[in-house]
Amino acid sequence: MPTIVEKIFAEHSEDRVEPGNIIWLDLDVRTARDFGGPNVVKHLREHYEGDYLDDPKKTYFTFDLSVPAKTIKYAINQQICRKFAKETDMRIFDVDAGIGTHVLMENGTVRPGSTAVGTDSHYNILGAIGAFGQGMGDKDIAFAFRTGKTWFEVPESMKITVEGDYKAPASARDLTFAVMKEIGSAGMLGKAADYYGDAIDRLSLDGRITLASQTTEMGGIIAFIPPNKEVLNFVEERTGEPQKGTYPDADASYSEEVHVDVEGLEPLVAAPPKPTNVKPVSELEGMEIDSVFIGSCTNGRYEDMLAAARVLKGRKVKDGVNLRITPTTKEVWARVIKEGLIDIFLNAGAVVLTNPGCGGCAEGMPGLVGKDEVELSTTNRNYPGKQGPGKIYLVSPATAAASAVKGYLTSAEEVMQ
Amino acid sequence: MKPTVLKGRIWMITDENGKRFDDIDTDMIFHNKWLYITDINEMGKYAFGNTPGWEDFPEKVKEGNILVVGRNFGAGSSRQQAVDCFRTLGVQAIIGESFGAIYKRNVINSGMPLMEAPDIFESGLKSGDVIEIDLETGDIKRDGAPIFRAKPMSKVQMDIYRAGDLFEYGKMLK
Repeated sequence: MPTIVEKIFAEHSEDRVEPGNIIWLDLDVRTARDFGGPNVVKHLREHYEGDYLDDPKKTYFTFDLSVPAKTIKYAINQQICRKFAKETDMRIFDVDAGIGTHVLMENGTVRPGSTAVGTDSHYNILGAIGAFGQGMGDKDIAFAFRTGKTWFEVPESMKITVEGDYKAPASARDLTFAVMKEIGSAGMLGKAADYYGDAIDRLSLDGRITLASQTTEMGGIIAFIPPNKEVLNFVEERTGEPQKGTYPDADASYSEEVHVDVEGLEPLVAAPPKPTNVKPVSELEGMEIDSVFIGSCTNGRYEDMLAAARVLKGRKVKDGVNLRITPTTKEVWARVIKEGLIDIFLNAGAVVLTNPGCGGCAEGMPGLVGKDEVELSTTNRNYPGKQGPGKIYLVSPATAAASAVKGYLTSAEEVMQ
Repeated sequence: MKPTVLKGRIWMITDENGKRFDDIDTDMIFHNKWLYITDINEMGKYAFGNTPGWEDFPEKVKEGNILVVGRNFGAGSSRQQAVDCFRTLGVQAIIGESFGAIYKRNVINSGMPLMEAPDIFESGLKSGDVIEIDLETGDIKRDGAPIFRAKPMSKVQMDIYRAGDLFEYGKMLK
């Protein structure tokens, strides 16, 4: 009986949907960023003579990497996309909008059960609302722009059950670390997954986004978090249309089952060289740090901003440490201002970037580390050299903020006593 | 007609201890500081630029060489450049124990042969060996003698490879 990926594929394909089969999949949404976008335009112009888009209303550029462009090369690339968009009548979420996948969820472009592809390896973050999202290279995306379809091998599905209760300052990020520790960097390689369990049901939308953002770091194609009432309400409010969501059949068949117990979960950290190298914060407690980054598609939502603000309220960032904060989208950024979090951040001595976007994950915006620099970051990857020659330890927003106050790695519990 | 049997000298991509190098991500293959590049001719010189021990790979590799890589190769970003940089250098095929899902698609779509070969690092093959690979059967030979059997390429993979790349394949579908 079908899993979520099989159900969504069956609604978007005329081919036989079963694991191992290669099908042609209809795509509801296809996007490219300021990274990948110019290459997509180049492929389309080289390979086709006009008639570049199957449907301009389903095709978007989302600029989130270097926003606004901080180098001439990115300015040129963005302008290539803008010119193409004008010519083909497609829409751009431009340099003011924020992280593309987040914008697509906020404005209802992608809904539970949708199929969407884009030039972002964290595009499967759309599993947070029960949609199929897939990051792809620029050739795939050019083909999708032109045809509205992609070829896809139906993956096997895993069943991941997460159960147990925990208290703050442990958060959705720590739950995510616990899942990653269990599954490892390739434990989901080439597979889909459906999440189950009471700890999953309780996750807020922001928490779901955090968990779904790490599917790629476990090698996964897509991991679905079946939408609860809060998520369906959110989408209904944004689209003005009733949502039913897609859920696995009661007897859905899975190739593998994994159980993760998060009862009494404590704050965790992922040390270099990979995001699945997870340890308790208490094991590395006291490690001196130079800088802290809070943001990215993994932990740049309002709930993350709030978790950091609770720790930073009435406290100061340790002398010699710099704390940088980047909200994911304009909507989150506006709320950070409206609810007064901005004052807490500024009073604490944090650098709050003036524009939402991907943050330090690519060269686009600050978040880079110099030689011998030790950074705590809420981003999604700590592979060697990715963000510069320094060392990056991944943590939750609360742990990041608490450590910024102390000047060494520690949990929020230690700071807020 | 594209050949289905390829012959070439291999590079076994190993770590600083000479062991199979797993989880090489796309930032190690083609660092994000070069993401703005859209001209494929400019990409080759940055291949493996952030992979310890392999920074000088672009100077060493020869046209027609074959890469043999470890597990979860190409994890991470969706950047096509992490595939195209090897094409610029004339690498003719990639054989790996396993691949990041997006990376695998990117290789296939560019028309470059890719074979999955779990445990190939246990086969006794070493850098500099000249091998023959049969894309349709997965058979790998050294000095004419069978040494390993990889998974054969799938039908869609063969179709895209024979057509040239995804775009040419797409034109044949219409």
